[in-house]
Parts: sequence; structure tokens; C-alpha cells
Amino acid sequence: MNTTLSAAAALGVVIVLAPGVIGVAARTRAALTHRRGTPVLQLYFDLFKLLRRGAVFSDATTWVFRFAPVAVVVTAILAALVVPLDGRASLFRFAGDPVALAYTFAFGRFFLVLAALDTGSSFEGMGASREVTFASLVEVGLFLSFATLAVLTHELSLSGMLEAPLARASASGSAPAVAMIAGSFFALLLAECARVPVDDPATHLELTMIHEVMVLDHSGPDLALILYAGALKLSVLGAVVISVLVPRANLPPAVAIAVLAGGLLLVGVGVGIVEASMARLRLPKVPLYLAGASALALFSLILALWSAA
Amino acid sequence: MELPVVRMRNRRSVPLADVPVLPVTETGVVLETAVATGWRIVSLFGLPEGADELRLIAVLGHDAAGQLAALSTLVGRRYPALTTRCRQAARFECEIAEQCGATPEGHPRLQPLRRHSPDHAPSRWSQAPSDAASYRFARITGGEVHEVGVGPVHAGIIEPGHFRMQAHGEEVLALDIMLGYQHRGVERLLESLDRARAIYVGESIAGDSVIAHASAYCGALEALARSHKSGRAQTIRGIALELERLANHIGDLGAMSGDVAYQPAAAYFGRMRGECLNLLMTISGNRYGRGLIRPGGVGFDIDEALAQEIERRVRHLETELRQVADLFFGTASVQSRLEGVGIVSRDACLERGFVGPVARACGVARDVRHDHPYGVFRYVQVPVATAWAGDVYSRALVRRLEIQRSIEFVAEQVRAIPKGDLRAPCDGLVPGELVVALEEGWRGEVVHVALTDDGGRIRRHKVVDPSFHNWPALAAAMPGNQISDFPLCNKSFNLSYAGHDL
Repeated sequence: MNTTLSAAAALGVVIVLAPGVIGVAARTRAALTHRRGTPVLQLYFDLFKLLRRGAVFSDATTWVFRFAPVAVVVTAILAALVVPLDGRASLFRFAGDPVALAYTFAFGRFFLVLAALDTGSSFEGMGASREVTFASLVEVGLFLSFATLAVLTHELSLSGMLEAPLARASASGSAPAVAMIAGSFFALLLAECARVPVDDPATHLELTMIHEVMVLDHSGPDLALILYAGALKLSVLGAVVISVLVPRANLPPAVAIAVLAGGLLLVGVGVGIVEASMARLRLPKVPLYLAGASALALFSLILALWSAA
Repeated sequence: MELPVVRMRNRRSVPLADVPVLPVTETGVVLETAVATGWRIVSLFGLPEGADELRLIAVLGHDAAGQLAALSTLVGRRYPALTTRCRQAARFECEIAEQCGATPEGHPRLQPLRRHSPDHAPSRWSQAPSDAASYRFARITGGEVHEVGVGPVHAGIIEPGHFRMQAHGEEVLALDIMLGYQHRGVERLLESLDRARAIYVGESIAGDSVIAHASAYCGALEALARSHKSGRAQTIRGIALELERLANHIGDLGAMSGDVAYQPAAAYFGRMRGECLNLLMTISGNRYGRGLIRPGGVGFDIDEALAQEIERRVRHLETELRQVADLFFGTASVQSRLEGVGIVSRDACLERGFVGPVARACGVARDVRHDHPYGVFRYVQVPVATAWAGDVYSRALVRRLEIQRSIEFVAEQVRAIPKGDLRAPCDGLVPGELVVALEEGWRGEVVHVALTDDGGRIRRHKVVDPSFHNWPALAAAMPGNQISDFPLCNKSFNLSYAGHDL
């Protein structure tokens, strides 16, 4: 199998599996609290249900409101294109593509925030302000982590960075840096994907929501797109965590993709375990949490630079 | 100074003629003096006297002395507000203005509470309804201040109420609460319905406080009818009251865990709440205990087999609860959510007369079961649970302590139910008397005041749900807190909308 085909197959797996990862997280959380929980496939059911429904649009909204759901899905897929999902090479790769990854997601969020403001609702404005504040803090940790990977591997594209970071780091005696990056990435993933301890996907209380309150006015197929984009984002960021921890460049493509699928389900389990074991942070404490994730990335960068010197 | 009042006890009626009638200005002075010396206003309501006069009757309570007292004054359509002298009268005077059509002049914040036409006004007074549009929300102006309105339709399955917050960024500067969407005219119904039907209204005042309201309602009737219920009936009522407290306190802890997204405790507490409700169902056939409390006694018995079953289940619950509560209160991420949020100060509590777990959480040991004992609580002391910080954590802690003590009470009392009849006759009310029945429901002090006319019919029935006292506590606790902490703070009070709206 050639590289392109393998990358395309991996992309297909992520696109299909993404809603299932959310289901695994919910199911894990339920199991750990001795409940039966919703079916693993619940989000698929929800998506199909929503796709068959009509959408309601407020008179106050403009084209921005209708465009945002498309924008978040498209940007999530574009982001998936630059991540080496199968552990060897992504469909698009170029020097500096980690920056593209971060800002492709940011572009989708930009439109989601605009759509939230477009509704004129005080709830949505509140959610938008929270989302933007925390997203800007996530960037710090994200870029410090990518910088560490770049220092360790002397590569500037994600495909190069994630080919075998552990092996390169071990060679230079900075293997702990890789583990720290993985930890930092996972913490940022929880924040980016609106999970506990930063946000609570299960709550119905608008006043406490961050991400969900922004999309309260979306309905039908639009809501389906937004929910799907959220699931896809979790899986794409999850794939980055997997690639950091499990180098797969030397595995046969089929095995590499199977590891990806298994790894994504494990990410779902991890998210579920976190959600079943701690309460959500108070909102003013969220920046501290993100600063913690950034500090972890910063230390890994120092470690990488120190051992490279 | 000896207060010019008639002294009373919980569920002991006094002739209405004994209640002193003072000039209105002197009444204000007496209320002010009384509150300064440890009394608080338990109830304040209007009683139409003739076609053109209103008699305001104030019921005071002294918790440390275990005493109640009443005084009254005659007013016309306009009178100088008592609130200017005694802040605890503020909400009661809003209620009087709405129910009776009298205007307290100089009242600092005269607002419609429920928006209905006067139903206890002297016959010659105007019957214009209080105007919804006349509700003036607290507003803070400034370029950076924004307003967040929530409700009356909420996302969860809860009752309707409108909350309006003035906020600066994420910080709440002021909270205003508009209620009244559930007004059903409970007091009028209790006065006008025949007694066989009225009990159903009495137990429906607040859906989660069936036992407390029904017991207070029956307590008032029994005192007026000189009906003496057996020790058996008293004990069964006590057990039911504590089961109701258990179910709701456990449910509240579960709801708080849910609000901070701590799933394990939310799931377990939720299940255990159901088990307490099921215990009530095994006794009365209804999960909320409807049909159990009846004038003169109780509608259902707890026999030997059932008693053993209840004891066994409650003891089992005790072990499980200890483990889950340890989990909840011992988790650092939970503690950091609960501590220091939504503080009610002890001074505010004493000044404004908050009741129930809200008062006990800020160090005010106020508990009707202890201060004004009645029924089985005259023989069995339930320790008063208090905390001192007045924050969400303290309110949760008070609930936890009360859960332990209620379990202890139920497990012990269910083994020692005295012999006796389930129901004593309860007919023929003594004419021209006033009685105050207090009951410590799980939310706090439930008050039913009943007055009979010369023919022995109910002339006035006044109900005060603890929520009536405590909604302002929520509004006072929010400023300075995060908008995102409002649902949690609200849940830690868990006040009744129906109980307030009557």
C-alpha cells in the first residue's frame, strides 16, 4: 500500500470512528459510576436523527450563523489532513504545518464565535467570551509542545515530528520530554474538546457552559455538523497524542491503522476516566489548569534543549 | 422592657381577643425592640376587620426561649410601613400590599410578589391586581455592565422563576429574583374548602414537602379542635418527616455533585434518594407520603414487620451513605468548587430572619424540632446540626450531618412505636382562637397560622413556607460570585417556587 492510500485509509477510519470515541467516553464514565449509560453508538443515532430534521433560524441571525456549522466541519477535516494519522505521513505536509493545524481549528472556532454573537443572545455571547479566552491560553501549551517536538526531531512538519519522536528523544537522552508532551497534549485536548475538568458536556445549565452554550441556537442538520465537528476534533487531537506515544512508521500500514483505531478508543476511555474521577474546575481556575499544561510543555522544551546542547 | 404581646407555644391556641391591638407606630417600635432582643418575625399577615379596616397580626418567635408571641394593629388603606423599623417585615409587607390592598408608606422596595388581585382585602377596598409591569428590577448602569436573564422557563425539570443578574464580566454584581408564576391561591382554598378536601390542598403546597406542610396544617387544626393524637400517630409522623428530610437532603447532595460534574456521587446519591422515597411509599403507598398525614393522626400504620423492614433498609443506607459522602466531601476538586462560594453571613441571617439549613450553615442554631418541640420531638431530641462558614460547602455539610441524625432517628424510633390509635377525632373547632403551628421541614420552618371565627369556621389560614424567608438569602449570597457558580449556589439553597408562590 502506498503512503497516500494508507493516509487516506487512516483518514477514513478517523472520520467514521470519531462519534464512537465520544460514545466510549460516555460509556466509560457511566460504567465507572455503576450506571449502564447510553449506547456507544448514541452519537451516530443523534446525528442521523438531527440530519433528518429541519432547522430553525432566528430572525436576528445572518448568513454567518448558517455558515458556521459548515466552517467547523470543513476546518476539522482540513486539520485532519495535516496530521499523520497512520503514523507515517499525512496527506498534506509542509514545513510549519503545526501552525496550520492550530489555526485551521482556530478558523472554525472564529466562525462559531461569530455565529454565537450573531444570535444576540446574552448566553451565547457569554459562552463565546469564555471559549475565546480559554482557546487563546490553549495555544501557548500547544506551540510549546510542537516546539519541543521540533527540537527533538529537527523536523518542522507534523509528519516528520511524529514519525518517531520517542526514538529520537531516547537517542538524545530526553525520553521523559516525550511523555510530558503527551501529558500536556492530553490536558489540552480535554480543554479544546470541552470535557471535564474544563467544561461539562453533560450539563443542562446554560450559565455554567462554555462550548455548548455557544451552539444553543443551532438545530437540526446544523447542530449535527457542529456535534460531528466536535467529535472529529477530539479524534484528530487524540491521534496526535497516540502518534507521540506510539511510533508506527515501521509497522505495516494495516497494523498502524489498527493501532490508531484502538488508540482512539483508549483516548475515549481516558477521557471517561477523567470525567468519572473529578469535579469540574471553577471557571476562574481554568486558566491555571491551562497554565499547568503549558508549564509541562515548557519543561519538556527545556529538557529537550538541554539534552540537545 | 416587657413586650406588649400575648405569649404562645407551638400548637397551643389562644383566644384572638387576647392578642393586643397596638397603634401602628408603636407596633413598629415593638417589632424593632423584639428583633433586637432575640425575637424574629415568624409571620405577618392581614386580617380584614369589617368593611374598611385591616388588622395586621404579627407572630414572633424566640428560638432560645422556645416561645412564640403575637401582637396586632389596625390599619387603613395607607399606613406607615413597619419595614422602616424592622427589616424582617419587608417581604411580608409586600405580601400584605398584594393580598389585602393596603399600602405601606415608606416601604423601601414595594414589589408585587405573585401578581394577583387582592383576595384578603376588606370588602370596600379596591380589588385592582398588582401589576406585573410594576416589578422594578434592580439595575446597575455603566458601560461594562451586562445583564443576564434566566427563566421563567428553565433547561432542567424545575419550577418557573425569573432570575436577572447584573454582571461585570463573569462577576455577578446583583441578582434579582421574580417569582409568582405558580400562584394558586392556597390560603383562600384552605379557608373556603370543606375540611375533607382541604387536606389535599394542605399537602400539595410544595410537592417535595408533603409531610411537613400536611403536619403543620393538621397541627393547627388539631390544636383548634382540642384533638389529642396518640403517641403512635406522633411517632409515625416524626418518622415520615425524617424520611422526607432524608430523601430531599440526599437528593440535594446528588444535585450539587451533578452541578460540579462529579459523576460518581451524583449517581449514587440519586439512587439513594429514590430508596428513601420508596420507604415512604411502603408506608403510605405514595413516594412523597401523600395520604399519610391526616387531621387527628395518620392514615397508615407501621406494623411490626414493616418496622423491621424500615430499620433494616435504613441501616443499610447508613453504611452506603457514609461511603459516598466520604467520597464526595473528600474529593479535592469537589471541595474547591464548594468552599467560599455563595456566602450568607451570620449577621445577614439574624437581621433578615433566614431559616432552616441556610441559617444553620452560618452558625445560627435555629431548628423548630429543638426550639419549639412538638409531637414526638418533645420526647426525642434531635441534635441541631450547624456549620459556620455560610457557604455552599457549609450548606452541604449541614445536610450531611442532618442525614446522619435523621437515619439515627428513624432507625431508633421505628423500633419503639408506642401503642395507640391511628386517628383521634378532630371535629368542631373552638371559636375565636388563634393558633400557630410550626414544623421543621427539610427546607426549614413551615408555618401554618389558623384563626377561627365566632362560628368555629376557619376565618384566616396563613401559610409561610421556608422559601418565603430564604429566597432573599440567595439574592444576597450571589453578588461577588461567578455567573457560572449560580446554578450550584442555587442548588445549595434548593428553594421551593410553589411554596413561595402559594
